[in-house]
Amino acid sequence: MTEFNKTMYLKIARTSILLVIALFLNLHTSFAAPDGKALFQSNCAACHNPLKDATGPALKGVEARVPSKKWLHDWVRNSSALVASGDKYAVEVFNKWNKIPMPGFASLSDEDIDAIFTYVNSVEAPKAPTAAPAAGTTTDTSDNTWMYAFITIALLVLMIILWRANQGLRRAANDVAGTPNVKDVPVYRNKVFVAIAVILAFVFCGYWITNGAIEMGHQENYMPEQPIFYSHKVHAGINQINCLYCHSSAEKGKMAMVPSPATCMNCHKQISEYTGDEKLITAEGKEVNGTAEIKKLYEYTGWDPAKKDYKRDANGNIISKPIEWVKVHNLPDHVYFNHSQHVVAGKVQCQRCHGAIEDMHEVHQFAPLSMGWCVNCHRQTQVQFADNNYYSIFEKYHEEIKSGKRTGVTVEDIGGLECQKCHY
Amino acid sequence: MSQKQYWMGVEELQQTEAPKQMDEFKEDLPFDVSGNLLDAPTPRRDFLKYLGFSTAAAVLASSCEMPVRKVIPYAIKPEDITPGVPNYYASTFVDGGEYCSILIKTRDGRPIKIEGNTSCTITKGATTARVQASVLNLYDKARLRQPYISQKEATFEAVDKKVKEALGAQASKQGYLVTSTIISPTTKDVISQFLAKYPNFKHVTYDAVSYSGMLLANEASYGKRTIPSYQFNLAKTIVSIGADFLGTWLSPAEYSKQYSEARKVSAKKPEMARHYHFEAIHTISGAAADVRATCKPSEYGAVVIALYNALNGTVPKFASKKLNDSIVKAAEDLKKGNGLVVSGSNDVNVQTLVNAINASIGANGTTINWGVSSNYKQGIDSEFVAMVEAMNAGQVGTLLLHDVNPVYDYYQGAKFAEALKKVATTVSFAERNDETAQLCNIIVPDHNYLESWGDAEPKTGYYSLMQPGIAPIFKTRAFQDSLLIWSDATQSYGQYWNQYWLTKLGSQENFDKAIQEGVVTSKKTVTSAATDSTQQIVATTPMSSATFAGNAATAIAAIESKKAPAGMEVMVYEKVSIGKGGAWSNNPWLQEMPDPISKATWDNYACVSPKKAKELEEELTSITEVVAKKRVIKISANGQELTLPIVVTPGIHNDVVAVALGYGRDEKVGRAAANTGKNAYPFQSWNGTTFDNYAINATITKTAETYPVAITQTHMSHEGRPVFHEYTLEEFKKHPAHLQDERRAEIGKYSFLPWDEEAQPGGEHGAHDKHNTKHVEGPGNIQDMEQGFRQNGTLYPNYVSPGIHWGMSIDINACIGCGACLMACQAENNVSVVGKTHVLKSQEMHWIRIDRYFSGMPDDPDTIQTVFQPMLCQHCDNAPCENVCPVSATNHSSEGLNQMAYNRCIGTKYCANNCPYKVRHFNWMDWNGADCFDDNLYEDGRRDDINDDLTRMVLNPDVTVRSRGVMEKCSFCVQRLQDAKLHAKKEGRPMKDGEARTACQQSCPTDAIVFGNVNDKNSEIYRLRTQDQSERMFYVMEQIHTLPNVNYLSKIRNAEFLAKEAVITNGKETFPNDDFHNKHI
Repeated sequence: MTEFNKTMYLKIARTSILLVIALFLNLHTSFAAPDGKALFQSNCAACHNPLKDATGPALKGVEARVPSKKWLHDWVRNSSALVASGDKYAVEVFNKWNKIPMPGFASLSDEDIDAIFTYVNSVEAPKAPTAAPAAGTTTDTSDNTWMYAFITIALLVLMIILWRANQGLRRAANDVAGTPNVKDVPVYRNKVFVAIAVILAFVFCGYWITNGAIEMGHQENYMPEQPIFYSHKVHAGINQINCLYCHSSAEKGKMAMVPSPATCMNCHKQISEYTGDEKLITAEGKEVNGTAEIKKLYEYTGWDPAKKDYKRDANGNIISKPIEWVKVHNLPDHVYFNHSQHVVAGKVQCQRCHGAIEDMHEVHQFAPLSMGWCVNCHRQTQVQFADNNYYSIFEKYHEEIKSGKRTGVTVEDIGGLECQKCHY
Repeated sequence: MSQKQYWMGVEELQQTEAPKQMDEFKEDLPFDVSGNLLDAPTPRRDFLKYLGFSTAAAVLASSCEMPVRKVIPYAIKPEDITPGVPNYYASTFVDGGEYCSILIKTRDGRPIKIEGNTSCTITKGATTARVQASVLNLYDKARLRQPYISQKEATFEAVDKKVKEALGAQASKQGYLVTSTIISPTTKDVISQFLAKYPNFKHVTYDAVSYSGMLLANEASYGKRTIPSYQFNLAKTIVSIGADFLGTWLSPAEYSKQYSEARKVSAKKPEMARHYHFEAIHTISGAAADVRATCKPSEYGAVVIALYNALNGTVPKFASKKLNDSIVKAAEDLKKGNGLVVSGSNDVNVQTLVNAINASIGANGTTINWGVSSNYKQGIDSEFVAMVEAMNAGQVGTLLLHDVNPVYDYYQGAKFAEALKKVATTVSFAERNDETAQLCNIIVPDHNYLESWGDAEPKTGYYSLMQPGIAPIFKTRAFQDSLLIWSDATQSYGQYWNQYWLTKLGSQENFDKAIQEGVVTSKKTVTSAATDSTQQIVATTPMSSATFAGNAATAIAAIESKKAPAGMEVMVYEKVSIGKGGAWSNNPWLQEMPDPISKATWDNYACVSPKKAKELEEELTSITEVVAKKRVIKISANGQELTLPIVVTPGIHNDVVAVALGYGRDEKVGRAAANTGKNAYPFQSWNGTTFDNYAINATITKTAETYPVAITQTHMSHEGRPVFHEYTLEEFKKHPAHLQDERRAEIGKYSFLPWDEEAQPGGEHGAHDKHNTKHVEGPGNIQDMEQGFRQNGTLYPNYVSPGIHWGMSIDINACIGCGACLMACQAENNVSVVGKTHVLKSQEMHWIRIDRYFSGMPDDPDTIQTVFQPMLCQHCDNAPCENVCPVSATNHSSEGLNQMAYNRCIGTKYCANNCPYKVRHFNWMDWNGADCFDDNLYEDGRRDDINDDLTRMVLNPDVTVRSRGVMEKCSFCVQRLQDAKLHAKKEGRPMKDGEARTACQQSCPTDAIVFGNVNDKNSEIYRLRTQDQSERMFYVMEQIHTLPNVNYLSKIRNAEFLAKEAVITNGKETFPNDDFHNKHI
């Protein structure tokens, strides 16, 4: 019995150790492997789409087209050199794509490049949209509501009828017994009733006014019409362009920055028409011609698609005018908000405050951006306490974590709810 | 009778019924509630009407839609601009010859703040009030926006055509180019190119406030018409005869920095330079001095002679005993070596004799460097006077005027205006339509310095580059460009400048480095890799001596021959804020900055001593500071007459009346400058060689009029509570612990609670404390006592700061009262300008004020000693303001900040009333944005340009612009603290000491302010409080348990006695010579 037990224990122990090691190795490899998707988005997505030709060719299955894997690595790192060397296929590709040289990515390792193509090959074409699934359920719930409302009203009517009947019966009984009936006071002269009504009205009106006042200036779901129908869904969603490619100062300063049209032109010098499958539908249900919207961009930036050059004045300066976008996310002037604080120091994802931008054609304000909403998040969110050396000065908290008194440090704990963190 | 120790003004000293302070909140309610409510002038029906209207208005306002806001990106984004992130450009501030190396902070392409440049070995990061405020001049509404011909708008082409024609035609007559002192080497080249093209042109340098006397004396004594390099930091004895070198003399930023080095004192190094000051008026240098005596301005020469003779043992024979004693003592100290004598006199003979003294005490080569000359002032008065004669004689055909305004600031401005009419072509490069520009045919406005490329050579071999922080806002053109175009040069000034520096610096790399740092260290200094900037200047520019070749005897004879008669004299002086006038007169920030000594704003006035004032007017109320209405007097001298209100200034010589320059400007100079004060320049006089800044034989007579002057000193009162500690150096040396003993006596009893046995010595608390034995036996450890006081002295809970605890230390000994911090704070924190009418009602908004206290006897100016105490929110850890706020708009942060949430504030003003330091300010009006509704603007006439879109560009976008009805106060520049923390956080490292600097700290030329995280045991502030300056440290009104986060360091005067100890016996004052120890302990 003991012998058996011993061997069993050993066996279990051995297996679990193996398991742990396997798991660890597995985890380790998965951590160490380059993230193809991220690499693709930050380096390639500006010009390439896995499935469709863009500024550059569609990349899915490209490994089958090119002469060798080594060729592909060389091309990615320095395509110009390959073209200059007279490589036949390279020259062919270069000519086919209007002789636009692909920028070199010398910093990418072989593994990185392979990871990118592994990711590219894994991308599937989006399925045709299925019929709206929720329609049936919605009608169900509304049916239920109606039913409940009907039953409630019926019961109320019944209650009143019963009360009146009861009163009538009591009166009759009083008549029979010879007791005098108390004189009826009409409802509007019933002091108790009036008092209760006034108090209730006061409470409800107060509640309503206070809520209304708090809501003043909040613009949740605000979705203004923009001068150009710019679809975040097409850019950030379908074409997987990294948010920071355009909103580059979100990591550097307090504003995330709307990019200058010149940033758009990095890609749109090549992409002059919209050929995507996704239909561009406005909030009102109108379909938008994507190619016409790109033309609007050309008008702002002074780009002449025919000549493939900017229009210039006598001094050679580009004639362009800024696009007057309508600001969606507005904070009052007395609030100091810093994007880089949240993105870099706090490591907060864009979507946490802006919602699923990658699914929005037209951007709307996802969060209420109210003080309550900010404060709630500051109460719940833990700072990067262990990972960021800045917090080493909070000796007390470190000791508490060590002694197990505390599991983490929230923004509130380091003073994130104090007035002068946001108002100065 | 024992004198009161310190007094804010004469009224506090006089035991009168007159009000002793102003109260901002004293006003009665605007309702009449004396009788029945229904009898009130506003009856019930009106009340209901108002109620109905306000309800309707509220409903209307609340139903308004949110405005649609646009976000407009750059069409083509400049590479180096990230929206919301400031850029700093190193540049150079030049005003006439005044120099300061600076950094321009720009936000989204517009300069919003000036900061000192620490790379510069001359100014070493120091700034002055005017440098700080200069950013507002850029957005001045009165600046000219295009060229003018005969006061009509014109184009550059038309102007160039006209000027060139005139230049070509005037060959028969003399032409003059008049400029203020030019320290830019490339500009000088451009001028010589112009002079080469037009040989009958002459360049005359004219300084409104002249230093000709010094230049000529130096030429006579040393063969060089230059000013040497003074090194106050190396001096052990500094003697100044009328030179306000900390406020206005030559290069105050540089000298203040040096001075503070020489005067740094601590218990470990109880030594400091001794400063003797002889002056006619009361300046901030006089206030800083250890020994101060007064004389009339005409006696400066006599004082210098007396000092010269005293070096040989002759005892001076002035009427004033203090003056005689001080001269003898100064001579004794000077003989000990490392002395330095400077004089503000513009008399050649006086300056020659000063040179003789400096030569005989061996100052040349020890504290005066003749190897490096200062180029700050180059104007020679006689050349200008000769030119005016030539103009009058009709010999001048063309006159070009750059940065000069003789119609206003020449001693005979009217005569110059007459002469100007006899010149056919007159061209002004003025940036505004000033008094002279108005009379010129052509105006070609120059750029503001923040829009210009340029350079400066403030001292030989020290170069500084100027780069713009913004493209020219208006159609202006660089003065140099105009000259180049008129001399048919092929290059523009920009190209010339670029080429000049590329060639001079050798390579693009050096050029880029110089642009980035703003300064070029001369070739000599490049080789040394000195670590300390102070050493660098000393080590790399070897002190160079020179042999005195002047004739002291002739100088003495010349001075004595000119003996002035007895009687009143009138002296003109530059205010620290307004200076010679110029563009500064129209700077609302500077206009509202209280003068350090008189504390008056928005005006100039006649400063007279209390004794003189009493002679004029027995009634006391007219000479106090509380009552704003001042008696107007008539001053006549030099054949000129001015009527000005009197402002009583203790410390000014009894026979002197002083008037500030820079006032009495024309309407077109700007709204802030217009119609205020009187022009005092006509009181200057011509002595045949140079201008004297005083006039003898003055008479003053009383008039029946009064005129209100807005004086701030009495606005915020500590109710007579003692607020600081002052010692003589001897006392401090003997008993460095005296101050801490006083504190111990006050707070020591709170070290532990009587019933808390564990905490008592021997208990648990004492066990871990190595100072425990001291605790029982004697004085005890002050830090422990502070801790005990903090915890046991109150019923309120103690705030803990787990991460950062901000603290500030202000050294009263280093503070010279110059006001740079005030202006820096104003620029950084969008502090509003309220205008004179509201200053009169005590409604000024400055977050930091500099309190001035006198001690001594008002009737005897020689006894007056003056101290400055910067006062700002003390960020109390047990703040009286926080407890009384009904809406918790002001509360405490975990970092020790007393926070103010403007949007929560409902304006009860309880906090301001409960603040013992009186540092909170209420917005009685919408000072900055009132023009958003029609007819909503409060109009004052003089401050109104602040409510303009152009002027508002100066606002700091990181700081909320406060609206009407809320309180505000110092925030410790929380936006800078947050920024420093964020930088560290983003880089994942702890914050470094000195990374977060407040605006006042950064601007301070004497490093009086230290700021940092007290929780960091390696920080400067922690070391200063616990080790370096622990003996001098104290908190203001510590006994009331406010637990301030701002501490002060005691004032140490290197004098024999303090004026606060003066005792009057039988009407004569004596000074106690009993032992300090016996008296105090």
